Amino acid sequence: MANEQKTGSPEVSKRKLSSGPLSKGDKWFFRVTSISANFAFVLVALIVVFLFANAWPTLSSQGFSFLTGSNWNPDAKHPVMQLGPMLWGSLLIGFTGVLLAAPMAISAAYLIVYLLPKPAARVATTIIDLLAALPSVVIGLWGIAVFTPVAVNWAKISNQLLGWIPIFHVKDPNAAFTDSPFIAGWIVAVMIVPIITSVTREIFSQMDDGLINGALALGGSRFSVFRRVIMPTSSSGIIGGILLGLGRALGETVAILYVLQLSFKINFFSLLESRGGAVASWILARFGEASNSEFHGLMAAGLVIFLVTLAVNMLASFIVNRAQPWRKN
Amino acid sequence: MMNATGTASTLSAENISVWFGERQVLQDVNLVFPANQVTALIGPSGCGKSTFLRTLNRMHELIPSAGLAGRVLLDGEDIYDPSMDAVDVRIKIGMVFQKPNPFPTMSIKENILSGLKLSGRKITDADELVETSLRRASIWNEVKDRLGDQALSLSGGQQQRLCIARSLAMNPEVLLMDEPCSALDPGSTRRIEETIQELSASMTIVIVTHNMQQAQRVSDQTAFFLADENTPGGVVEFGSTENVFNQPIDPRTNDYVNGHFG
Repeated sequence: MANEQKTGSPEVSKRKLSSGPLSKGDKWFFRVTSISANFAFVLVALIVVFLFANAWPTLSSQGFSFLTGSNWNPDAKHPVMQLGPMLWGSLLIGFTGVLLAAPMAISAAYLIVYLLPKPAARVATTIIDLLAALPSVVIGLWGIAVFTPVAVNWAKISNQLLGWIPIFHVKDPNAAFTDSPFIAGWIVAVMIVPIITSVTREIFSQMDDGLINGALALGGSRFSVFRRVIMPTSSSGIIGGILLGLGRALGETVAILYVLQLSFKINFFSLLESRGGAVASWILARFGEASNSEFHGLMAAGLVIFLVTLAVNMLASFIVNRAQPWRKN
Repeated sequence: MMNATGTASTLSAENISVWFGERQVLQDVNLVFPANQVTALIGPSGCGKSTFLRTLNRMHELIPSAGLAGRVLLDGEDIYDPSMDAVDVRIKIGMVFQKPNPFPTMSIKENILSGLKLSGRKITDADELVETSLRRASIWNEVKDRLGDQALSLSGGQQQRLCIARSLAMNPEVLLMDEPCSALDPGSTRRIEETIQELSASMTIVIVTHNMQQAQRVSDQTAFFLADENTPGGVVEFGSTENVFNQPIDPRTNDYVNGHFG
């Protein structure tokens, strides 16, 4: 019979459909794009190899104390290079910056998404994004020339009112309050507000309006809806955004160099003391006059801050991607 | 039998006109929703019936550029009077939406208590309130052993009944329902219709529906909304459900309820 069903017949063969180039021009186009793309990957790999190779002499001679110790004497007979205070300082400034930036960024995102009329929201978004476009050296100069005198006053007031809390305590009764992690934290905060705002804005604008209307219809106020519905629903995305900001803060270099006294006398949490650390700034400060021995130490420092930043950024992307189970359809 | 815990109120809309910016979408709507009655609002898409519903608990004003004329009286008091607080209005006049919208970060129990928390009301005897509300929405037996589970673990129909229970926990005098069954299967729809009938013993209900049979099954009176092209919508016919469906006065009503358009 002609209409007989042949199940599993070998005569029916599956063809593979082509997704390849459609013309000679396409072939060249594909070649050029794949070479360019691969070039970028190769470049990243080479940088990592270069960093690791140059960091190795220091890492192998200093061992774990490279991360934990507090001494930097690269040109001694037995060079000692221990990054502890700089690494800790990077984290301290990063967390201070995030703590200062997050409330500003979340408020700005709320304003843009929920309160401002569309045209004003667009203007506000542009202004905040503009902040991200400012070169960090400009922010650093502004930090030392304009912001430091203001922040010194804030620091004095915080110290007088809250000096009994360890983070606001200073030992020296005549402390200058300049060049402190507090000021560096503010500078970093200015630089990471845009990234946190933009992630939070995205998360807020993906919120299901039905949830907000439902909460308002139950007698919620704007604030109670924010606190009990919007924030819990967006929290993981916002945390991801904050981590992205932290990643940027950890790698910040020149702006911090302007406003912080780098010191190997470790400052654990006295935000207002005039000494602190930042790995990237330390590299920048020392690189010009580094001996061969110190060069390897600075490369090792670069590797460390690269890995820390990479880890923070990967965690952030992971959280942000997973964070939106309640998008509007 | 369930005890009626609320006190139903009469809600009336007087000369309601509504605008979005410059565009007028409703003109001069006058409707009375007597206590303990179920009123169905029917009409084709875009005739303004959902917008009208949202003026009844001041949800309309959440849209920027929204405009309104007329009065909405809850037992004689204008809910748009400057002395009236929108939060208090929305507590007295609850709302159930088209798409079930339980709060995803909250458990079933927390969803029931969410209205009290959102409006800053004291919670006395949470467990009893949760049980009563869930019973009134006829979902207690299905969830009583998993009150701590996430609300999103429920089926669509259960989520909608949870949202009804969540509104009931505020003990409203009026319940507004905006096509509450349009996203649900026939079985869930039937159960919600039964719930509506039971609830009308203790409150006034206004329901927007696209489903003619549903309007006939659940409502005591029906208002037919219609908007001609480029003109604001309005009420064509309003009366007992019996009359609107079986002896409509206006030929357009007759056409609509018999499925000739819309």
